[in-house]
Amino acid sequence: MDLSYTRTEEAFRAEAREWLRDHVPAEPPPSLETAEGFAAHRAWEAELAAARWSVVSWPEEYGGRGVDLARWLVFEEEYWAAGAPGRVSQNGVQLLAPTLFDHGTAEQRARILPPMATGETIWAQAWSEPEAGSDLASLTSRAVRTDGGWLLSGLKTWSSRAAFADRAFGIFRSDPEADRPHRGLTYLMFDLRARGVTVRPIGRLDGKPAFAELFLDEVFVPDEDVIGEPGQGWRIAMSTTGNERGLMLRSPGRFLAAADRLVRLWRSEGDPGDPALRERVADAVIGARAYQLFTAGAAARLAAGAPSGAESSLNKVFWSEYDLALHETALDLLGPEGELADGAWAEGYVFSLAGPLYAGTNEIQRDIIAERLLGLPKGRR
Amino acid sequence: MTFLPTGEQLAFARSLDAMLAAADTPAAVRAWAGDDPDPGRALWGRLAEAGVCALAVPEEYEGMGPLPVELAHAFVALGRHAVPGPVVETVAAAVLLGELARLGDRGPAKRLLPALATGERTATLALAGAEDVRGGTEDVRERALPYALDADRADTVLVVRGERLWRAPGHGPVRASADPARRLARPASGGELLAEGPAVAVAAERARRWAMLATAAQSLGVGLALLDRTVAYARQRSQFGTPIGAFQAVKHRLADTLLALEFARPLLFGAAVGLADGHAPDGDLAAAKVTTGEAAYTAARTALQIHGAIGYTEELALSLWLRKARPLRDAWGDPATCRAAVLRACS
Ligand SMILES: Cc1cc2nc3c(=O)[nH]c(=O)nc-3n(C[C@H](O)[C@H](O)[C@H](O)COP(=O)(O)OP(=O)(O)OC[C@H]3O[C@@H](n4cnc5c(N)ncnc54)[C@H](O)[C@@H]3O)c2cc1C
Repeated sequence: MDLSYTRTEEAFRAEAREWLRDHVPAEPPPSLETAEGFAAHRAWEAELAAARWSVVSWPEEYGGRGVDLARWLVFEEEYWAAGAPGRVSQNGVQLLAPTLFDHGTAEQRARILPPMATGETIWAQAWSEPEAGSDLASLTSRAVRTDGGWLLSGLKTWSSRAAFADRAFGIFRSDPEADRPHRGLTYLMFDLRARGVTVRPIGRLDGKPAFAELFLDEVFVPDEDVIGEPGQGWRIAMSTTGNERGLMLRSPGRFLAAADRLVRLWRSEGDPGDPALRERVADAVIGARAYQLFTAGAAARLAAGAPSGAESSLNKVFWSEYDLALHETALDLLGPEGELADGAWAEGYVFSLAGPLYAGTNEIQRDIIAERLLGLPKGRR
Repeated sequence: MTFLPTGEQLAFARSLDAMLAAADTPAAVRAWAGDDPDPGRALWGRLAEAGVCALAVPEEYEGMGPLPVELAHAFVALGRHAVPGPVVETVAAAVLLGELARLGDRGPAKRLLPALATGERTATLALAGAEDVRGGTEDVRERALPYALDADRADTVLVVRGERLWRAPGHGPVRASADPARRLARPASGGELLAEGPAVAVAAERARRWAMLATAAQSLGVGLALLDRTVAYARQRSQFGTPIGAFQAVKHRLADTLLALEFARPLLFGAAVGLADGHAPDGDLAAAKVTTGEAAYTAARTALQIHGAIGYTEELALSLWLRKARPLRDAWGDPATCRAAVLRACS
């Protein structure tokens, strides 16, 4: 066991820190859940990409630096500690890209990944449907064979940032006759501005159009935009959801930086005489460290060739509940001022409220943990 | 001891509930959050007709009070229906003026109270404790002054600074709350000095207690509404071919929410009875405030989680209650302040 960084890792850290120090905007851009903020964040992605900081773990040919997980973690620490903006290209980078690395063709990677790395194409995830949330396999949107491709019809919903994004990826029922709901699904990519697509933004709790409904009416998708074999959509989708819950979606760097901000807030605003609040601040510091070390262990196991499995469910439950507790503590420190919707912590709080829901609800994750990691009998589902 | 509502209290609560259920309060809330206060004002008129505004006002000023137990029942109903506007603050203003009159300064009560009792006018109120305003620069003193809810829409904006009661000439910029139906602004300084002296501080303290009680009751109502809606949703929403309410994780979370609310309820009514008896149940009020506030927030977290993504939208009416729970928990005594008061009352 070793907690010290190698010389390569430290050199990488120094390089990242210096670049971020010179480039992170002094004033944070507007919320990326608004049209104005989305554009500003897209421009930031381009700036990152120009210096090859947007996707450090990808191979160089697609715009990355080909660094291992350990250096990715180092980069994330520096990124969030520098107060850099949230990542608007997250869905594509963390869900679609790993899928393409595992199941895409060389042609698809060459065509899709570089503009994803620069923020030129921003991707939305079109999985959920009104009747298919936790029970995603019951989805009913269809892909029907046509000349040279497929026609997509149906309704997708809760698609994050689809109000402003360019393209989307999702799973569709291509064989309604298949014997089980998990079979006969196909994984496809489509253009959000294609004929037949209607995007209706949905206001989240604070009114920002953070996600959207997608009405699809015979939207044409060419064969080259099918990922993997038709009918294999479920297997392909599930092989990459680990990414959504696991290390990549929420790096410890993000929480280390947040815990740091919380401590600063406690020093400036807090009531050091209130022991309960003081304890919660301490717990936030401890939690960030626990997550950092847990992640370091997981990354080392992955690097040694272990598969990423149900462990990602542990991650997901931990960070989502941690994030919420941290923001609640910040609001409590602010007292009645915490009610203000334009306060610095308000956006983070609203965002953290959704953590236990997306990327698989925590109820479902706890079932997975109990069944796959503890070996308990499968419940009725 | 018979710790149960009387038949009359129950009938009053039920009739308010029925009236509000028929009044399309969600539309009034949305309008209040937007540019149109009229539906909210109309709602206010009907509440006044039902006697709600008179509960904290002594009979000699056209009131029926003080009746804290009835007030608690009424405010549970107001919370259940997410009634917008400075409802708590109007009650607190009425208590302040009534108490001042009882202590000998009848002028302000004569001028302002009858119109509050009949619902003709609304008021909002900001209380700055004596220690908040002593010393410091003007800027520090201003920041110590709490926001007054709906100062832009209330007819009268009252401010207590230490031992002085002012009628504010206006208010500062309106700031957005996490609950768009709560409009926050600091009262402008100066204005008309309505009263001065130690009685003001005593009356302000009494107003603060009633505000705590009314806010606690409102919180309980908000929590109950969130739970009701969520139970209904869990029975009807199916995933994996089963109503989600059949999953144990969902059941237990809803059961825990009911537990939290049902153990907050007796604290609320216990505190109300204490206020009615005339002794000063500081610890009881603080316990009621913190418990109802936390229970309502628990209910909000549960409601959001069990509704899944649809609960995370402002389009669903559920959001009207979701966004209320936390600000109410922190208004008129946040949890830390209340817990400290509970311990102070022990010694
Ligand atoms: C902020 C946000 C962003 C999102 N972004 C995207 C996106 O970009 N793309 C996309 O496709 N989707 C997205 N989603 C949708 C998300 O994946 C779904 O909300 C999630 O899968 C839950 O589905 P549901 O909302 O239909 O809830 P439901 O599945 O209806 O669940 C309702 C409640 O029942 C519980 N429940 C359901 N089944 C069980 C069970 N078997 N045992 C115990 N409890 C159960 C759930 O845990 C939940 O509490 C997003 C959601 C949110 C909130």
